[in-house]
Amino acid sequence: MSADKAINITLKVWRQKNADAKGALETYKLDGVSTSSSFLEMMDQLNEQLINEGGSPVQFDHDCREGICGSCNMYINGQPHGPASLNTTCQLHMRSFKDGDTIYVEPWRAKAFPVIKDLVVDRSAFDRIQQAGGFVSVNTSGNTQDANAIPIEKDNADMAFDAATCIGCGACVAACKNASASLFVAAKVSQYALLPQGQVEAKDRVLNMVKQAQKEGFGPCSNTGACEVECPKGISLENIARMNREYLAASLSK
Amino acid sequence: MSEAKGLIKSHTVKKYWMGATGLFLCLFLVGHLAGNLQLFLDGYEGRLQFNEYAVFMTTNPAVKILSYVTYFSILFHAVDGLVITINNRKARPEGYAYSKPSANSLWSSRNMGILGTVIFVYILVHMQNFWYEYKFGETPYMMSEDGQSPMLLDGSSVNGGMIENGEVVKAGESLGPAMRDLYAIVIESFQEPILVAFYVLGMIAIAFHLIHGFQSGFQSLGLKNRKYGPMIDKLGYAFAIVVPLLFAVIPVYLFLVK
Amino acid sequence: MSLDSKIPEGPIADKWTNHKNNIRLVNPANKRNIDVIVVGTGLAGGSASATLAELGYNVKAFCYQDSPRRAHSIAAQGGINAAKNYQGDGDSTYRLFYDTVKGGDYRSREANVYRLAEVSANIIDQCVAQGVPFARDYGGLLDNRSFGGVLVSRTFYAKGQTGQQLLLGAYSAMNRQIAKGKIQMYNRHEMLDVVIVDGKARGIIARNLVTGEIERHSAHAVVLASGGYGNVFFLSTNAMGSNVTAAWKAHKKGAYFANPCFTQIHPTCVPVHGAQQSKLTLMSESLRNDGRIWVPKKKEDAEAVRKGTLKPTDIKEEDRDYYLERRYPSFGNLVPRDVASRAAKERCDAGYGVVDNDTKEGVFLDFASAITRYGKEEANVKGVENPTDAQIKEMGKKVIANKYGNLFDMYKNITAEDPYETPMRIYPAVHYTMGGIWVDYNLMTTVPGLYATGEANFSDHGANRLGASALMQGLADGYFVLPYTIGDYLADDIRTGPIPTDSKAFDEAEKKVKDEINSFLNIKGSKSVDYFHKKLGQIMWNKVGMSRNEQGLKEAIKEIAELRDQFYKDVRVPGSGDEMNAELEKAGRVADFLELGELFARDALEREESCGGHFREEYQTEEGEALRRDDEFTYVAAWEYTGNPSEAILHKEELNYENIELKTRSYK
Repeated sequence: MSADKAINITLKVWRQKNADAKGALETYKLDGVSTSSSFLEMMDQLNEQLINEGGSPVQFDHDCREGICGSCNMYINGQPHGPASLNTTCQLHMRSFKDGDTIYVEPWRAKAFPVIKDLVVDRSAFDRIQQAGGFVSVNTSGNTQDANAIPIEKDNADMAFDAATCIGCGACVAACKNASASLFVAAKVSQYALLPQGQVEAKDRVLNMVKQAQKEGFGPCSNTGACEVECPKGISLENIARMNREYLAASLSK
Repeated sequence: MSEAKGLIKSHTVKKYWMGATGLFLCLFLVGHLAGNLQLFLDGYEGRLQFNEYAVFMTTNPAVKILSYVTYFSILFHAVDGLVITINNRKARPEGYAYSKPSANSLWSSRNMGILGTVIFVYILVHMQNFWYEYKFGETPYMMSEDGQSPMLLDGSSVNGGMIENGEVVKAGESLGPAMRDLYAIVIESFQEPILVAFYVLGMIAIAFHLIHGFQSGFQSLGLKNRKYGPMIDKLGYAFAIVVPLLFAVIPVYLFLVK
Repeated sequence: MSLDSKIPEGPIADKWTNHKNNIRLVNPANKRNIDVIVVGTGLAGGSASATLAELGYNVKAFCYQDSPRRAHSIAAQGGINAAKNYQGDGDSTYRLFYDTVKGGDYRSREANVYRLAEVSANIIDQCVAQGVPFARDYGGLLDNRSFGGVLVSRTFYAKGQTGQQLLLGAYSAMNRQIAKGKIQMYNRHEMLDVVIVDGKARGIIARNLVTGEIERHSAHAVVLASGGYGNVFFLSTNAMGSNVTAAWKAHKKGAYFANPCFTQIHPTCVPVHGAQQSKLTLMSESLRNDGRIWVPKKKEDAEAVRKGTLKPTDIKEEDRDYYLERRYPSFGNLVPRDVASRAAKERCDAGYGVVDNDTKEGVFLDFASAITRYGKEEANVKGVENPTDAQIKEMGKKVIANKYGNLFDMYKNITAEDPYETPMRIYPAVHYTMGGIWVDYNLMTTVPGLYATGEANFSDHGANRLGASALMQGLADGYFVLPYTIGDYLADDIRTGPIPTDSKAFDEAEKKVKDEINSFLNIKGSKSVDYFHKKLGQIMWNKVGMSRNEQGLKEAIKEIAELRDQFYKDVRVPGSGDEMNAELEKAGRVADFLELGELFARDALEREESCGGHFREEYQTEEGEALRRDDEFTYVAAWEYTGNPSEAILHKEELNYENIELKTRSYK
């Protein structure tokens, strides 16, 4: 906290008025950025400057600013969420940059994530994938069996949790050369595949979710592993293998 | 029925085929390599063994079936790969102005299509060099150690026999097809430095293709998990280096030694 | 209007069951003809939407985020309480009820709290059935931990991401209904007014945040699950978009606003780093299970630490002041949040703060002794004989990483300090608002047909919320309370038919919304919306924050009113109304905060006592502890809007404690 200093940077930010407009990178100079600031606080500072100059501020998605809501989504210097690993844009701090740096800021690029404005993209495809089967069909009445009625092996419970930590930010798609949503889909499929509660609908779930992802326009998985490296929550590729396994079994028997 | 149609269109199913054919081709590579290593054998014995092996590979019915499966796999792998590559591209119509993919993935993983194309060209050239030559070209015939008698496919030499239209003929009677001397073409071909270099480059392409492809095949088929995944990765790396290296050593060895 | 809390008759343990048995139901065929609007998709709104849709109602759910999964419930870290007594440590519905009422400093409604405790166990069953991956022990059973202010382990958790897992559970339940078409989901929509037709809430006006279009939506009932208003302080642990607008618009349309001054300042947050700070980050209270809070005993040490010339790890044990352990030996570091926060402020005000920011605000949260303790345990478990200190530390770190790894990583990310090696620096920050829209036992506001659930209402936490109780309340309201109680009201609407949106009430509401948007755009002043928001935050933090006094509150009321005038004269909102425009969204929210802030200060001024999160300097014991004045202030302050926030009319709902004796809270 005490090693805080101020740097001057150049930003190249994607500006696009709306979904139909043609966009372009615009260059901005920003001085006196505290290295203790988060990347989004730096963007706030840029917007404050733009507003004061009579310009139009850069539109971007953000909300919790603590790395859990999955709203923020910037492609920074050629990487989703920027250079730091296991990190969201909001948790990237300016101490990762040096005085005089030029920083490129672009929106996620995927057919299934059309740009709405500037850095804001439409990720509703993710919701539709979840709606295709990302749930356990249990009534929310409370008349279920006792929570401890079925013990769950700790390893499986832990793996299910690890898969369930996906924040739905879309970095996996942004990083993938094919804009594939495999890691996202696999995380949900895995979470339920590892828990007894998810077994009943497992086959339909994997078939429907995978199908929906393809329908949305996400590409095939090339197993490059880029998604795993860029995932802010470190969701493992083994989930994709598990999904492939589940899908194979489901296709053969359903 | 529409479910089945959906499955044919499915990216995931296409990847199953990619993985299955790819892994099968890995097995093929091992078999092919085992045969090729016989080129290290010296003298007439070595020549004979290699040529007998060539006969076995072209005549044994089981091998024939396997070879058709191999041709099919190569073609399917290539066509499937092409379709997948087209799908890959479609998913991101507008690219990034500045992208740093090296931060999160290997070059080989991102360029399987290019590597595959190089390998496909390599296979065509390779087939032309040897398979076509052997089957349809002016391949010399294998003779007995003293250089006097032609030989039959089973390796027996026919004293006083002649070769007419690829058949061993003795006293006007055909005794069967004559054994050809593939070994000689191989040795002769690899006296050409450009071809040696081409083969070495082909093997480098295969090595990079395998570095990604081996583990990727297991991953696509859902065969990787926490326990065996790391082992498969290591095995894949070893396979990707050792197999192409041994393949590549042969032309270099033949060029330098023969 | 007099306040009727509609608490059912009978002994407290039977009230909810009897009530459920006696309220009216809507037959399943009729539910298909009834629409319900739910604003907000956090735990309260998401669970309510899913359950109402499952029951058969047509639900229209709204959230300002791009997906319901991003509501700020997702950021809750530590856990969720439930009286399951799986640990066999003496927990029970009554004990959870008792702890919650006591933790709330006897300013909550007994009947509501008892019901909350009663349904808490159902929540865990429900969530496990949904596939929520709670932490488990090696036997495969659910694990628990303990939280501040209680003496049992009743908190269920999923590492430090419990809120996320519970919200994703509710989101998955919603998805199931969205897929069926029973929920119509409106993402990126912000409610800007509630529409009242013939005295009943019959719809909302919402702005489509993508196109800017102003839309009319009608329904037979409207549920506000729009969260709390902590962002009135600008800096808080709330999400950037968290706002009071939905609640405030409802307030202006007749819903009473209760106890606005009851705000929770959470003791363990990452301290402020500088002027560009946009929000504060919480470090889960669960850390206090293992972390010890201290400041240097000597002022010169504190100063050296701030300057960076002295490392905290070099300060000797005898030169450290573990002030919570010193002041509250029986609860130690696990005192309730309000107590821990005030104690930190007391030390920092006295000059012992350890963070080099403008206000020198920060204390240490130290894991060194926990690392050693766990390391030794592990050494025993693993049979390592005569372990070296380094081995013990290594093993201890692993245990700590397993428990709090993500929090430690987050801390390191923000501060560039490694909490495994050096103590964390923390300071209290605004976190949760116990106050909110006044509701009766059925969760209905003073406007018929308008409901409020979760943090948006006021009912269950009194003057201070215990850790891990917010998730419990949100889900209890949404899954198990509202779906029953709303039927009692909707039973009258089975023959009403769809509510038309072309009525005069809708016309007027829409016009008002459009006029307000145009007025923001046309001010064309010289200062950004954030400028005003930060100013408001400073007034609130300095004068209406952790400790308050009459003079400061009076000044605050005046200053906020002035700031509001300045805002309407000089704010600059670029762009237009018919496009995506974040500045316009913020302008609307800050305008409402500028009104709420004033009412907030007024409420704090009226409440001449100290209780829970509300600390009036004039009312404290000789030892500096909060001094409650039960004779005069055992009531809920419900404010009626009259046109000017500080001229709101106070209505009192007297709180009757029939089952719990009012005592001075002591955690000593």
